[in-house]
Amino acid sequence: MKFTLSWLKTHLDTTASVEEIADALTDLGLEVEGIENPAAKLAGFRLGRVTHAEQHPDADRLRVCTVSTDEGEKQIVCGAPNARAGITVVVACPGDYVPGINVTLSVGKIRGVESHGMMCSERELELSDEHNGIIELPSGEVGQSFADWLAEHDPEKIDPVIEIGITPNRQDALGVRGVARDLAARGLGTLRPYEATPVKGNFPCPISVTIDTDTLDGAPHFTGRVIRGVKNGPSPAWLQAQLKAIGLRPISALVDITNFFTYDQNRPLHVFDADKVKGGLRIHRAKGNEELLALDEKTYRFGAGHMVISDENGPESIAGIMGGEETGCTDETVNVFLESAWWDPVQIAYAGRDLKIHSDARYRFERGVDPEFTRDGLEAATQMILDLCGGEASDIVEAGAALKTARSYSLNPARVISLVGMDITREEQVHILTELGFSASGGSEALEVWVPSWRRDVQGEADLVEEVARVASLTKLAPKPLPRLSTGVTRAVLTTMQKREATGRRTLATMGYNECVTYSFIDQKSAALFGGGTDAMRLENPISSEMSHMRPALLPGLLQAAARNQARGMTDLALFELGAAFHGGEPEEQHTQAAGLLIGQTGPRDPHGARRAVDMFDAKADAEAALLAMGAPARMQIMRSDDPWWHPGRHGVLCLGPKKILGVFGEIHPKILREMDVKGPAMGFALYPAEIPLPKNVSASRGALEISDLQPVERDFAFVTDVTTAALDLANAALGADKALITDVSVFDEFIGGSLGEGRKSIALTVRMQPRNKTLTEDEIEAIAAKIIEKVGKATGATLRG
Amino acid sequence: MTTFDDLRHVWLDRITQASDEASLEELRVAALGKKGEISLKMRELGQMSAKERQVAGPTLNALKDEVNSALVAKKAALGDAALNERLKAEWLDVTLPARHRRQGSIHPVSQVTEEVTAIFADMGFAVAEGPQIETDFYNFDALNIPGHHPARAEMDTFYTHRAKGDDRPPHVLRTHTSPVQIRYMEANGAPCRIIAPGRVYRADYDQTHTPMFHQVEGLAIDKDISMANLKWVLEEFFSAFFGTSVKTRFRASHFPFTEPSAEVDIQCSWVGGTVKVGEGNDWLEVLGSGMVHPKVLEAGGIDPNEWQGFAFGIGIDRLAMLKYGIPDLRAFFDSDLRWLRHYGFAALDTPNLHRG
Repeated sequence: MKFTLSWLKTHLDTTASVEEIADALTDLGLEVEGIENPAAKLAGFRLGRVTHAEQHPDADRLRVCTVSTDEGEKQIVCGAPNARAGITVVVACPGDYVPGINVTLSVGKIRGVESHGMMCSERELELSDEHNGIIELPSGEVGQSFADWLAEHDPEKIDPVIEIGITPNRQDALGVRGVARDLAARGLGTLRPYEATPVKGNFPCPISVTIDTDTLDGAPHFTGRVIRGVKNGPSPAWLQAQLKAIGLRPISALVDITNFFTYDQNRPLHVFDADKVKGGLRIHRAKGNEELLALDEKTYRFGAGHMVISDENGPESIAGIMGGEETGCTDETVNVFLESAWWDPVQIAYAGRDLKIHSDARYRFERGVDPEFTRDGLEAATQMILDLCGGEASDIVEAGAALKTARSYSLNPARVISLVGMDITREEQVHILTELGFSASGGSEALEVWVPSWRRDVQGEADLVEEVARVASLTKLAPKPLPRLSTGVTRAVLTTMQKREATGRRTLATMGYNECVTYSFIDQKSAALFGGGTDAMRLENPISSEMSHMRPALLPGLLQAAARNQARGMTDLALFELGAAFHGGEPEEQHTQAAGLLIGQTGPRDPHGARRAVDMFDAKADAEAALLAMGAPARMQIMRSDDPWWHPGRHGVLCLGPKKILGVFGEIHPKILREMDVKGPAMGFALYPAEIPLPKNVSASRGALEISDLQPVERDFAFVTDVTTAALDLANAALGADKALITDVSVFDEFIGGSLGEGRKSIALTVRMQPRNKTLTEDEIEAIAAKIIEKVGKATGATLRG
Repeated sequence: MTTFDDLRHVWLDRITQASDEASLEELRVAALGKKGEISLKMRELGQMSAKERQVAGPTLNALKDEVNSALVAKKAALGDAALNERLKAEWLDVTLPARHRRQGSIHPVSQVTEEVTAIFADMGFAVAEGPQIETDFYNFDALNIPGHHPARAEMDTFYTHRAKGDDRPPHVLRTHTSPVQIRYMEANGAPCRIIAPGRVYRADYDQTHTPMFHQVEGLAIDKDISMANLKWVLEEFFSAFFGTSVKTRFRASHFPFTEPSAEVDIQCSWVGGTVKVGEGNDWLEVLGSGMVHPKVLEAGGIDPNEWQGFAFGIGIDRLAMLKYGIPDLRAFFDSDLRWLRHYGFAALDTPNLHRG
C-alpha cells in the first residue's frame, strides 16, 4: 500500500523524518518496500539571487548573469527568457547532478564565456513539466536549501511517497489511519483525533434496503443514503494529487471520494447513480447463473450462494467486491446513493476467488474492515460529498446492525517476557496496547485486554504478545544462548536411512558421477515411458506441460538432462540423482531412489587406447558398489524383469529374493532413447536404499577375523553349457561344494560357440580354497575338484570342458 | 717380492678394464679359480721356509682379498651401468596425458544441506523428513491457514488432480517444509529439536523463481524457549555457515503459524553488484521465523500451556547462492555438466564442524 507523508500527517502529528518513519514502519512489521522522495534529489540545490544580467557578446538569446550564492558571486550563462537581475533562483553548481537532464555539471565555456553552474527550471529538477523559464521564487534567502524552501512553501511538490507491504493479518494498516496509529504507539508522534460527525438528513431516503434472512450471516449490516442535487466532475486538485501520488487514476469527484475512504480509513464504499436504481435494493444470495456487467466492463456469472445487491431490474452489484456498470456514477450523475456495508470476510474471499476478481474492495473486505465504522464511514463520506459536490442528504437507510465483536483475552505480562525473551515491563505492555486502541486492565497477575473493533486478526493471547513485541521492537532483541541438550559431546542425530543416502550419494560421486537435481515433475509422455503418467500423479495446475506429472522414477529426468547436455556438445556423461520418486498420488506413495546414467565413452581419446564405449557391466559395477556402500549384502541374486524401459536381454534386477528388490541395472531400451531424443546406447541403474535390510547386529563390533597362515590353493575349471545358463548359477554351485574350504569362486572367462557348437558356451571359474588346519594334499584337492564338477553338473547341467 | 706387486698391478688393471660380467668371471677364474694364478701362488706357500712364509703369507692373503674386493666392486659397477643403460632406453614422455579418470561431483544443494545439518546437529537438532505430496490439512489447516486465508491464494500452490467422484480436497505439493513440524510433533511430542530439509513447490517461474526449490525448517520446543534463543541459534548458525561473525536483524512480520513472527535479515555489504555476508551496513532478508502459534502446537498434539518454542524456514538454494556466489537459481535444476563441475563439490569434501 502507498501513501504520502502529508497524507500520513493528516492523522499523525509528528516531526519525524521520512527515514525515521520508514525505519519504524519496517521494524513494526509494515515493511517499507520503497520510498519516492523528491526532496532527496534536491539535496544539493540552494537558492541564489541574480544581481546582474548582461547580454552575451556573441549570442542573442543568452545572458551572462552574476549570481549571488552561498559560495560567493558566480558567473552563470543562461538562455532562459526570464533570467534577469533581482530574481531569486535555484542554483546548481559544478559537481551537482541535475536529474532532469541527467548531467553532472562542470565549469564550461558557452560561446567563449565561462559559466560556473546553472539556474534550473522545474523540469530540470523533475518537479513538473514546466520549462518555459527558470524557477523564480517569490521569497527565500541566498544559500537556503531549495528542498527546505519547498517544504515550507510548496510541500506537495516534494511530498514523499512511502510504499509498504501489508501482511494478511494487518487489515487495519490498509488505511492510512491505521498506519498512523502504529507509529504513534511506537512514539513517533501523536494520533490526531478523528470523529465522523453525523450529517442530518433532510428528506426520507427514497431507496429502501432489505437483507434476505439467509444472507444476514454474510451481510449483517448495510447503511446507505441518497444525496440529491450533486454536481459530479473532476475532484479538487489536492484529492487528485493524493490519488495520483499513490498510483490511482482520478475519475470523478464521487468515485475519488470512495477511493479516498478506501485508502484513508480502510472503508470501501460504493456509489450508485440513484436515478438508475429501480425500486429498492435487496441483498440476497444468487440462485446461480445470473449475470452482471461490472465496473471493470467484464460480465460475471454468479455461482449459487454468492451475495448480490439487486434492484427490480436484477443484479446491480457484486456485494463487497465490485459494483455494476449499469448503475455506476458518471459525470452526469445528479442523485447518488452512497453505500457503506460490512461483508463477511470468508464469504467475500470465496466469492472473489470463484469470480476471479481482484478489486480493492474484495482485498479489504476479505481481510476485514472495521464493523463499527460502517455508519461512521457513511457519515464522513456524506460530509465530503456535500463539501466537494454540493447537494442535500437524505435520512440514512439501515438494514441489519453492526456485528458485535467486543471480546477480551487474558494476557500474562510474564508470558510476554518468557516468549519474547525481552524484559518489557508490565507498564510498558499496558502502554503499548492502549496506544494501539486496546484497553488493558486488571490488578492481579494477568491483564484483561479488550480488542478494538478494527483488529479482527487478534484472536487470543498469542496475538496480544505479538502486538506488544512488535511495538516494543524486535530489532532491539538481544540473542540468548539456547542451552545444549546435554553437557559434553553432542550426540549423533542421523538415522540409518539418512546415513545411507549420504553414503550412497558420495560413493556415486567418488565413482565419477556428477550429481544432478532435476525437477520432481516431468511431462506425461516421459512419465508414461517409465510406468507413471497416470491421472493419480497428475498436477491439476502444472506450470507447463513439461512439468505435468510427478516422476515415477529418476531415470527419465536424467535422460532429459543427458539430451540437453548432448545438444550442448557434451557426449560422455555419468550423471546421478538421489531423491524422491512417486508411485502414486498419496503422501505415503513416495520412495527414495538413487539413479545413475552412463552414456558415451569411458573417457576422451588418449594415447593409451584406454577409451571404450560404456557398457552394461559398468553400470552393474557401479550399482553393486553403491549398494554395498549403503549396507547391502555382498551376495545378491540377479533376476530379469518385464519393465519395458530396459533392454529385454540386457538388464538385471539385484535382489534378495523376488520381493526384495534392491536395485536394477541395465541398458536403457533403444525405443525409450528414441522417444526422449537421447543418442545412445545408454546404461543406467536405479537403486532403492530403503529396501536394504537393516544390519542384524546393532553393535559396532565387527566380530573376530579368521585368517590362516596356510597357503590358499587356486584351481581353474572350464565348464561347457547352454548359452542361456547363468554364470552366477555355476559359480554358486561351485561355492556350495565345500562351504568350509572354498572361500571364493570367480568367473574369469566366457567363450561362446566356435568348436563348442551353436548355442553352447564355456565358462571358466577359478576356485580359491583356504585350508584351515593343515596343507591340503593333492588327493584332497582332487576330491574337492570332483565334488565341484558334480555339484555344478547337477545344478546346471554343465560339464567339464574336455 | 716385486713379483707380488707386479701381480697385483696386473690383476687390478685387468679387472678395471673388464667390459662385461662374462669377462669379469673369466678373470675371477684365471686369478682365484682352482688353477688361478693367485691360487697357485698360495699353494706355493707350503713349500716355503717358515721365515719366508711369514713374509709372503700375509702379503699374498692381502693380495687375494684385494683382488676379490675389486672383482665384487667391478661386478656391481657393471650391473649398475647395465641397469642405467636399460633405464635410459626406457624413457617415456611424461607429459602425455594420464589414463582418464572420471571426476564426480556433489550438487551444491546436497552439499549445503549437509553443511546445515552438521551445524544444527551440534546444537542438538535431529533431521526429520516428510512427504512432498501433502494433504491440505498438513500443509495449511494444521499450520493455522484455513481455507479462506489469503496466504493460501498467495502461495501459488500446486494441486494434484482428483478423479471424478473423489470428493476429498485435492492434495498439494507442499509449499513449505512446515508440515514436517506437525508430523514430527504428532509422532514424537515435546520437547524436540529438529530441522527438516527438503524440496518444496510453488507455481512460479521467472528470473529468480523456480517451481521447485529447497527449504530447511527448524523447530525447537521446550518449556521456556524464547525468541531471544531463536536469535542466538540463527546467529550461531549463520556465523558457522558463512565462517564469519554474522549479525541478524529481526523485523516484526506475520506468518499464520508463528506468533510473534519475524523476518530475519543478515548483515551484508554490496560491492560491485555482489553481496558479502557478515560485513557492511546493509541487510539481506533471508528467512521467516517466530514462536510456534498455540494452534499449531495443538494441531501437533502438544499442550501450548505447557510447551513453547520457535520455528524458522530458510531457503537452501538461497544459502548456496549466497555462500558460493552462484548467480542463477534456474541453473540449479538444469544439470548442465559444465555447471555441475564448476559449482559442484568433490566427492569426499564431506562437511563437518571440525573442518569448517
